[in-house]
Amino acid sequence: MASSHGAPPVFNNKLIAWIDHRLPIFSYMEKEYHTFPTPRNFNYFWNFGAIATVMLLLMIVTGVVLAMNYQPNADLAFDSVERIMRDVPSGWLLRYMHMTGASFFFAAVYVHIFRGLYYGSYKAPRELLWMLGVVILLLMMATAFMGYVLPWGQMSFWGATVITNLFSAIPVVGDSIVTWLWGGFAVGNPTLNRFFALHYLLPFIIVAVVALHVVALHVHGSNNPLGIDPKGPQDTVPFHPYYTMKDGFGLMVFLIVYAAFVFFAPNWLGDVNNYIQANPLVTPNEIVPEWYLLPFYAILRAIPDKLGGVICMFGSIALLFVLPWLDTSRVRSCTFRPIYKWFVFLLVIDVIVLGVCGAHPPEGWYVPVARLATAYYFFHFLILLPVLGKIERPLPLPSSIADAVLKKKAV
Amino acid sequence: MSTKLSLTKLVLTGAAAFAVFSAGTLATAAEDMPPLPKHEWGFKGPFGTYDRAAAQRGFQVYKEVCSACHSLNLLYYRNLEELGLTENQVKGIAAEVQVSDLSDDGSVIDRPARPSDPFKKPFPNELAAAAANGGKAPPDLSVIVKAREGGADYIYGILTGYVPFEKLTPEQIKEFNVTKDDHFNVHFPGHRIAMPPPLEDGKVNYIDGTKNTLQQEASDVVEFLAWASEPHLEDRNRTGVRVILFLLVMAGLMYGVKRAVWADKH
Repeated sequence: MASSHGAPPVFNNKLIAWIDHRLPIFSYMEKEYHTFPTPRNFNYFWNFGAIATVMLLLMIVTGVVLAMNYQPNADLAFDSVERIMRDVPSGWLLRYMHMTGASFFFAAVYVHIFRGLYYGSYKAPRELLWMLGVVILLLMMATAFMGYVLPWGQMSFWGATVITNLFSAIPVVGDSIVTWLWGGFAVGNPTLNRFFALHYLLPFIIVAVVALHVVALHVHGSNNPLGIDPKGPQDTVPFHPYYTMKDGFGLMVFLIVYAAFVFFAPNWLGDVNNYIQANPLVTPNEIVPEWYLLPFYAILRAIPDKLGGVICMFGSIALLFVLPWLDTSRVRSCTFRPIYKWFVFLLVIDVIVLGVCGAHPPEGWYVPVARLATAYYFFHFLILLPVLGKIERPLPLPSSIADAVLKKKAV
Repeated sequence: MSTKLSLTKLVLTGAAAFAVFSAGTLATAAEDMPPLPKHEWGFKGPFGTYDRAAAQRGFQVYKEVCSACHSLNLLYYRNLEELGLTENQVKGIAAEVQVSDLSDDGSVIDRPARPSDPFKKPFPNELAAAAANGGKAPPDLSVIVKAREGGADYIYGILTGYVPFEKLTPEQIKEFNVTKDDHFNVHFPGHRIAMPPPLEDGKVNYIDGTKNTLQQEASDVVEFLAWASEPHLEDRNRTGVRVILFLLVMAGLMYGVKRAVWADKH
């Protein structure tokens, strides 16, 4: 089988050749995942796309098996999750893999997004690729939120109540929309049923959008840490085996951390209140989402006005859609942006600060800190990013990827 | 390249930011709550296991004391075999309890429980439980160790944290509005707890001759409840050690392969 750059593959196996002549799946795999020219200078941040894909598949596989044993009924759901953990063979493993998997899926995706931000992966010609990624993030958030409702613990119930109630901020039709979402006049059995149906549906839509994300990626190929386009074969390596093996190594390291949580601290990332069955008559002291939604929750609560809070929360993600046009710099990678680079780190700290504020009741110092951090978040994207691109003087770009790699080797 | 971004740098920055914030939080949260008593639990950590003897004694404490008010809805008598009791012992334990059932002709009967029956509830329903306990049903204990901040230490702290009214300072009585009829517990948020002190020195008589101090009884019942909350913990730990060893070897292999593949490109 030929595998040199660009040459069409020749299949020696007759059956494969026969199929490929009629349905070119083998040629496709060959072109997109074997010979696909990929910049030779990726660092380990480039592992996280592959890692996120594996986590998505792992969530779907464990989720389908869990669904076979779960009861989406308000009277049975809580106990059915515990029955899975106690009486289904390896049920505890499935449940903890799924529960912890949600956190690690988000962790991988957040690193993946940070990679995109730092190295300017969202810039032309990859705007649509980036926007599809934001769609995936939104779908993930919706899926995770609905999944968290399914064990029907206290935090499931009250989290669902708080989040669905956000829609009541919409003028005029708000309350009707909330009743429609609930399927009643409070979060209850109909809500649980539809959330279960949607929680099963959305992951497959995520798979479809991921497929589009990958197709868009393969049009212009990956960005790289230098942010300059490959100029020829000396700048690239075939995807396989170079990056399949590197991704494989990165994935194993990621899975070690994941496994440590699944097996030794499965409840560490969760809220103890979710081991108390949902009780509409008792409100927990604090209603907090899982860690991966905390920064957005902090933005929601930082705004004194309910509708304003909802708009800012959704706006904080909507901003990402127009990010490619907010950034006015012609240079992609922060490696060559001496000023903006530090602001990306500052943004990361800002989001962590927001997350900490989201985890605590909005009182005392958390109120002004959350407001300041929210203001800074929007300042970063709406003012700093457009202005800095115009006034910052980027460092000189290397003439080619190969040049930079060889120079680095010489040093 | 000097500008190359390192993950370590990022993690450190994040950790520093987090540390600054959580330090501020701890200062406010600590207020009047003493730290939970430090107790050595054998089930903590990646190699943790349950102490079967302690858990069996803990079951005795649950059966003789806690079960008067607290249910264990998720447990079946058959589960007790996992604590090292024999099939016949479990049959005997179950048979001491009368449970309600339907006879073949549909009439309601009482019969001795079987290992396949769930633990008998102390009250027929939640309303009855609430009515018999001053308006609030005592919580089910099936997952109590997972359902409280502090876990096993917290439950142990509650069981050993009662202070009799006579020993309270005037400031405590004033600040927390304690009357003679209240139960004061140093580890309970708000300190006034509805549950009267359930355990005391000599509350149960252990068959194995273990000294029946309050601390011993509390420690034993927490061991039992920890097992009830997480019965597959030992299996999980064992599997975890194997999975991580496998992944470490696999990661090592992948690193070697990756180095070999990239040798001509570096």
